[in-house]
Amino acid sequence: MAVLVAVALPLVLAGCQLPTFYGFRGSDRQGHDEFLLYFGTFVAALVVGGITGGLILWSVVRYRRRSHDAPMPRQFQYHIPLEVAYTVIPVVIVLVLFAFTVLVENQVDAVPSDPNLTVDVYAFQWGWQFNYPDGVVVRAETTTDPDPVGPAGLGGPACSPVVWCLGPGLILPAGKTTQIDLRSRDVVHGFFVPEFNFSRYAQPGVLNKFDFTVSKPGVYRAQCTQYCGLYHSLMFFHVVAMPPSKFHAWLSSETKTTTVDAATTASASRQ
Amino acid sequence: MTVLAQRPVAVEHPEHHEGPTGILKWLTSTDHKVIGMNYIVTSLVMFFFAGIMALIMRAQLTSPSGAVVSLQQYNELFTMHGSLMLYLFAGPFAFGGLANYIVPLQVGAPDMAFPRLNALSYWLFLSGSITMMLSFMVAGGAAAFGWVAYAPLSEATFSPGSGPDLWILALVLTGFSAIFTGVNLITTIFYLRAPGMTMFRMPLFTWNMLVTAMLILIAFPVLTAAMVLLWCDRHFGTHIYTVQGGGVPVLYQNLFWFFGHPEVYILALPYFGIVTDVIPVMSRKPLFGYKGMVFATMAIAALSTGVWAHHMFTTGVVLLPFFSLLSLLIAVPTGIKFFNWIGTMWRGSITLNTPMLFCIGFLLAFLMGGLTGVMLASPPIDFVTHDTYFVVAHFHQVLMGTAVFAGFAGFYFWYPKFFGRMLSDRLGKLHFWFLFIGFWVTFMPQYKLGLMGMPRRVATYQAGLGWQNLNIASTVGAFIIGFSFVFFLVNLWVSWRKPVPAGDNPWDAHALEWFATSPPVHHNFTRLPPIRSERPVWDFHHPDALTIAHGENGHGKLAGTAVPAGQD
Repeated sequence: MAVLVAVALPLVLAGCQLPTFYGFRGSDRQGHDEFLLYFGTFVAALVVGGITGGLILWSVVRYRRRSHDAPMPRQFQYHIPLEVAYTVIPVVIVLVLFAFTVLVENQVDAVPSDPNLTVDVYAFQWGWQFNYPDGVVVRAETTTDPDPVGPAGLGGPACSPVVWCLGPGLILPAGKTTQIDLRSRDVVHGFFVPEFNFSRYAQPGVLNKFDFTVSKPGVYRAQCTQYCGLYHSLMFFHVVAMPPSKFHAWLSSETKTTTVDAATTASASRQ
Repeated sequence: MTVLAQRPVAVEHPEHHEGPTGILKWLTSTDHKVIGMNYIVTSLVMFFFAGIMALIMRAQLTSPSGAVVSLQQYNELFTMHGSLMLYLFAGPFAFGGLANYIVPLQVGAPDMAFPRLNALSYWLFLSGSITMMLSFMVAGGAAAFGWVAYAPLSEATFSPGSGPDLWILALVLTGFSAIFTGVNLITTIFYLRAPGMTMFRMPLFTWNMLVTAMLILIAFPVLTAAMVLLWCDRHFGTHIYTVQGGGVPVLYQNLFWFFGHPEVYILALPYFGIVTDVIPVMSRKPLFGYKGMVFATMAIAALSTGVWAHHMFTTGVVLLPFFSLLSLLIAVPTGIKFFNWIGTMWRGSITLNTPMLFCIGFLLAFLMGGLTGVMLASPPIDFVTHDTYFVVAHFHQVLMGTAVFAGFAGFYFWYPKFFGRMLSDRLGKLHFWFLFIGFWVTFMPQYKLGLMGMPRRVATYQAGLGWQNLNIASTVGAFIIGFSFVFFLVNLWVSWRKPVPAGDNPWDAHALEWFATSPPVHHNFTRLPPIRSERPVWDFHHPDALTIAHGENGHGKLAGTAVPAGQD
């Protein structure tokens, strides 16, 4: 427990200065909370793993039988106080970890009552469709080698590296709360934005709601994580966070009705 | 200390001569040792098939857009790799193979309680294995929906053809096989124990198999039922798992994981049992915290029936805190086991031979897999890592730690009992070190790949993401693992061509199987030692070094003289 308290304190004080342990710091508000939990758990795991692994290796090295006529070791079997100790201490560690888990998961799963924007997201074999208010639809399939969708062409930030921009783009206003209503048209898919530290299944017959508040404009790579059939490996999309003014300019400029070209590019269209 | 009769020269039981020999013996036997060996051989063949599939997949992933196999072939490969490893190797190797052979010996029984049911189990298992492998040969190829076969992807609409049908049929067959084996093991352990073999004198391997068999009875009928329902959806027009007909797709996930998570412990507990038998023998000490170990096993089994939805944290339709807390709590009995294993080695006299090295490999692998498992039990962390290579690394460290490291610890440990001859310790150690190094080189990069966002079950990835070098490292590790099994096969070959006699008790071991001849005669025992502790064979050979129950109170009983190992 002392470990977790010791971890929690610098968490609050130092925030983003912590080492990442290979994880993402989280480019949206909830993702950052998840990063802090990951960080604390990682440190606790290092401590517990270090002690346990150290004891294993120490026992093997220290008590290795060095000669054939080594003396018979004492045949002891129980030590009740010790056994109670290593039952109770893990229970305490687990409960502390659970408390932090519940705090973070409640924050992550809370859905705002009045989001700035709600986007209906549909996953299908094999691609994504994003329905905006006023009938703006962005849709693309990824059954063929998907072309990069230049968000620059949508008036957003430049897309670099280009592999981050494969598949259709989910365009969001940065700094605002966007609610995603996630559905599947066929099998189970996974909506996963690594930099947001978040994933959620898209399932037939289930409506999943969650929200992002992306901190700063940028392009964030995303991909289907739940295996969904032949072209699962190619089912990319990306999230483009734009400054709100640019976002609204983009949304209102999408007036023309264009045919959705499923195989080659994502296109924005008003239906 | 008296023995009921002087040990006779090992002779075959008279009735044994009346039975068939050669291939007919293997086909018709109801002897638990023959059936157990059938299981071991069949499941190891499946293990090698699945391992080769893994190497093909790793070859595919060495470069972005790898072209070793097509997308469809890759999808079939990872489906069959997982299915073979989990349904046809890890489980049957433990509860069909090792348990079948060892449990009746450890409780002092002449055979399993229902020998013919035992034979039926094996034949169902073999039929299921063949059925699953045949799916590679049908039009449309093998099943390609992952070893979990999530509906509706596994419905006829999305996975047409007879490959998936064969896969489902194979699971039904092997499911019944497992259920029958579970019934057999429970009955054997409850009713066929030798006089004096009370429950709390049973070796931990037998204890773990008892608990495993109970978990089998809880979990496998649910899987078998889920598969029958899936079959009905595919062929009889029901809509149990499809939205269109009013069904509920997520029901499949609930049913599957209600089997699937106990299944993880069905695959783990037998191997815990092996390690718990080997470490005390090689440390020349009794098991530390015997009763705590038994209760920890029971606690793991009990908790494992209430954690299935931690595979479904990202579905958005399960109660997160409940499943999270129960999943986290499993760390407690698992921790107890770890400290009991350490306590057993503590102040022991440890012989670092092949079985013991494999046990230490298990301890370190399972420690790493267990710690990342605790991380995954926390839903917010699971949201980040779910269905990424982080999870792939986690469960391979857990399952390879158990089924491969602990499994081969058991194989090297009991091989002298199976065949009456030793395996080469030098080749065994080479096997271990290559496996150990390959294991860490394979899976550590996968944790980082997962944290970078690489999803599992992808046949290809794009250049420019920084994933290639880590994937190459992982592939190199996988081939080192593959190479390590050359030493294993050579070891078997050498032992076959140039046998080194093992004697009945080469390890100076504890449990009753080491009192039988190697290999044991038909119906196992011609006499038994007195059973007055959980180490009857040790007590028989070391009357001067009996167990001191409470460590701090027994200084007067310190045995100061060495007793040479393996005397008989």
